[in-house]
Amino acid sequence: MATYSTSEFKGGLKIMLDDAPCSIMENEFVRPGKGPAFSRVKIRNLKTGRVIERTFKSGESVEAADVMETEMSYLYNDGDFWYFMDDETYEQVSGDATAVGDAAKWIKDQDKCTVTLWNGAPLLVTAPNFVELEVTDTDPGLKGDTSGGGGKPATLETGAVVRIPLFVQIGEVIKVDTRTGEYSARVKN
Amino acid sequence: MQKNVLEVDTPVLSAAASCDLNLDSFSTDLTKTKQLYLQTSPEFAMKRLLASGSGSIFQIAKSFRQAEQGRFHNPEFTLLEWYRLDFTLDDLINEMIELLMLCFGRNIGFTTVTYQQIFQQLTGMNPHQVTLGELMSYATEQGNPEASDICGNHLANGLDYVFSQYVQPKLKKDMVYFVTNYPACMAMLAKLDKGTPVTAQRFEVYFNNLELANGYEELTDAVEQKQRFQQELLERREAGLDDVPMDKHLLAALSHGLPDCSGVAMGLDRLLMLMTGATSIDEVLTFPIDRA
Repeated sequence: MATYSTSEFKGGLKIMLDDAPCSIMENEFVRPGKGPAFSRVKIRNLKTGRVIERTFKSGESVEAADVMETEMSYLYNDGDFWYFMDDETYEQVSGDATAVGDAAKWIKDQDKCTVTLWNGAPLLVTAPNFVELEVTDTDPGLKGDTSGGGGKPATLETGAVVRIPLFVQIGEVIKVDTRTGEYSARVKN
Repeated sequence: MQKNVLEVDTPVLSAAASCDLNLDSFSTDLTKTKQLYLQTSPEFAMKRLLASGSGSIFQIAKSFRQAEQGRFHNPEFTLLEWYRLDFTLDDLINEMIELLMLCFGRNIGFTTVTYQQIFQQLTGMNPHQVTLGELMSYATEQGNPEASDICGNHLANGLDYVFSQYVQPKLKKDMVYFVTNYPACMAMLAKLDKGTPVTAQRFEVYFNNLELANGYEELTDAVEQKQRFQQELLERREAGLDDVPMDKHLLAALSHGLPDCSGVAMGLDRLLMLMTGATSIDEVLTFPIDRA
């Protein structure tokens, strides 16, 4: 079992805490007055996304988490699971709705996603920052401003709903920023 | 020197080490059979000079503490330490204020609070009456159930932990705090007063949430000093730490007679950080330990 000592703690290190895989965000060495040295560590629970602050006695060791981030291609969804493939090894993994989370509404086959694997299984799936999706439904009657304004709701091919400018019509492809869920640009065919 | 304080230079290497439970001295070999230690501060050597009649003295000294590395720590660092004969702690605090005003050249706020005032105000607990168990329950409520592993069975460790976790971060920035009258169990090398409760004549300086300096009205009683060393060595043994030799030269100097004095050690690297707005000690060092 691999372990890390507090002196090795740094941002990005993956450790096990309370039986959950976590990522260290910040580590600060503290030696109060004349008191005992410890590390004050900000940690993100990779399962729940929750950020907590904990302290560790200096020199204490904690178990390393077998967590790695890898780029994978999204293949398909069979209703319960989403399947991803490593483009180099052709190895396939599947993740449930909890792991895929919000990414589910943005991705379509062949999209390159960042998959965080814990003990080989997807823990977290992050969609590409930008995806290009076809507008499958929106109100065609609304015309007017070509810039700014309120826009109108549109349903995309993956089922996601975003606000788009009034001039964009059904069948057109748009670019969406998946981090904010906002329309970014129209893609010329 | 404007204030008639003599600059001194004392050895970094010593046959004795710090006995403090929470301080680990670097050691090196003088010969195959004789070990020497690098000072964790120039305090012991400077007190020997005071006892031999030096008068008020100051020193800028490299000091060394094992495994202390981080945003505010480098294992090799610089202390500005000075001792003033016949100064009370209040006199020394006033001199420190003069120095800080010189350094920061602007109107910064200064406030003096007792350890009890600030501790009780920000945690609701009286540090002179609280038990280690109560401190650890408080830490658990605050989301740090692991505190008891860190503090062991030492009340002073518990107080230091709670102070650094829940008091220090809540101090106002841009305000220099002189925290005085420490609980007796945190006296270190300071005199105890005769108040109720008995408190240690010690102060710590905090500025921008950073611990900057530590001062004592110095303990001059050789017998009591030896007892404190022995107690510390006992604690080290219980904690499974290396046995280290206590400073017999210091004890001899104290028996000869240390004049009444107050002294303070200030982290010079941290002072530079505060003066330049540096966010890491590495920014004010030529070569931090990883590149030393």
